[in-house]
Amino acid sequence: MQTITPIKMHNPPVPPQPTPQPVASAKIKYLLIGLIGIALWFALYWQLHSLAEYLTFSLLGLKPGSHLGESVLFFFYDTPKVLMLLTLIVFAVGILRSFFTPERTRKILAGKRESVGNILAALLGIVTPFCSCSAVPLFIGFVTAGVPLGVTFSFLISAPMVNEIAVVLLYGLLGWKVAAIYMGTGLLIAIVAGWTIGRLHMENHIEDWVREMHDNAVNIPDEKLTWADRFNHGKTAVRDIVGKVWIYVVAGIAVGAGIHGFVPEGFMASIMGKDAWWSVPVSVVIGIPMYSNAAGVVPIVQALLGKGAALGTVLAFMMSVIALSLPEMVILRKVLKPRLIAVFIGVVGAGIMLMGYLFNIII
Amino acid sequence: MEIKVLGPGCAKCTEAEKIMRGVVEETGIVATIEKISDFQLIAKHGVFSTPAVVIDGEVKCVGKVPSKKEALDWIKK
Repeated sequence: MQTITPIKMHNPPVPPQPTPQPVASAKIKYLLIGLIGIALWFALYWQLHSLAEYLTFSLLGLKPGSHLGESVLFFFYDTPKVLMLLTLIVFAVGILRSFFTPERTRKILAGKRESVGNILAALLGIVTPFCSCSAVPLFIGFVTAGVPLGVTFSFLISAPMVNEIAVVLLYGLLGWKVAAIYMGTGLLIAIVAGWTIGRLHMENHIEDWVREMHDNAVNIPDEKLTWADRFNHGKTAVRDIVGKVWIYVVAGIAVGAGIHGFVPEGFMASIMGKDAWWSVPVSVVIGIPMYSNAAGVVPIVQALLGKGAALGTVLAFMMSVIALSLPEMVILRKVLKPRLIAVFIGVVGAGIMLMGYLFNIII
Repeated sequence: MEIKVLGPGCAKCTEAEKIMRGVVEETGIVATIEKISDFQLIAKHGVFSTPAVVIDGEVKCVGKVPSKKEALDWIKK
């Protein structure tokens, strides 16, 4: 067999390459990729409902308005919707977090006065990359750097509770109002509970060996991150987080879809409704020892709400599951004496309970 | 060479240890790898975000799983 390689006879002379400007051009390149990505994302996102309808009613031939049809439509629409939202936000937050490190946050908070410090700490808790098993080393690092105890607690309360997974799932499944309420009250509880713990002056209830430690933190110079690195941060975050929680989301929505179509309305009203005043403290007490991530809780929350449970009660349950947990307390016991742990649980639990009652009254 | 991986034992810390073990095996360098999960010992190294990697007493990275390339760079020096 003969292959003919076309030969260009008249190659135009190659113009001299302009000297590359790596920083600026990389920025523009990633900006462009980002914009195109977002445009494609929206184009697909807006088609989801028609796609789900097509799949349910035309392909599967289910009847619009029937129990099964509505459940299946709900599942086919909500699952890709929530997963797409999660991917976009986790990616964006991954890039945002590449600008923050625990070291930088510590420097910002060291020597800050209370009040301002509490607010700053709660806000930084959202954007500082934080792995729950880092809580103890981080606590030691903050305290030895002179971050006030109450300010440290504001950070430790806000970091796990106000996270992007919880907010995205609440937004996707329950709408922006519930997501905003959760985020707002989560921050408020972190600020006020941290401030209260600070007022109680319990510094001597930190384990002695921690208090005797000096600030010996190593100073690793900040890495110079390029935009390619930051994009990679976003990608890694998507792989780690979405790769881990998607199964909960799908299972949760499937259960939710079943309840949506089949369980009678008002089923939960008598147990977790507004009139059952005792349900708020009971929800918090049940939620404290439980541990689950937001991905596991939100679909349950949605199912409970859909069947007549009150918003305040359900949010109180969700917050106590995410913010306070038995394994976390066992770890914190290594650096905190029992009384300070008890105060921590008490103050945060009380804050969550008050929030629950407040929403049950005003909504 | 003495390599220490600092971290209480979450998924990321295990991954950091795995990467360090991987590059040591690959390069054939003689090294001891130790996993340190005691908080007091971690704090003594001046590390407060985990996982962290310490090589011959020098803290190489904190708060993240090192990439394989980074790990190779540290070991080859």
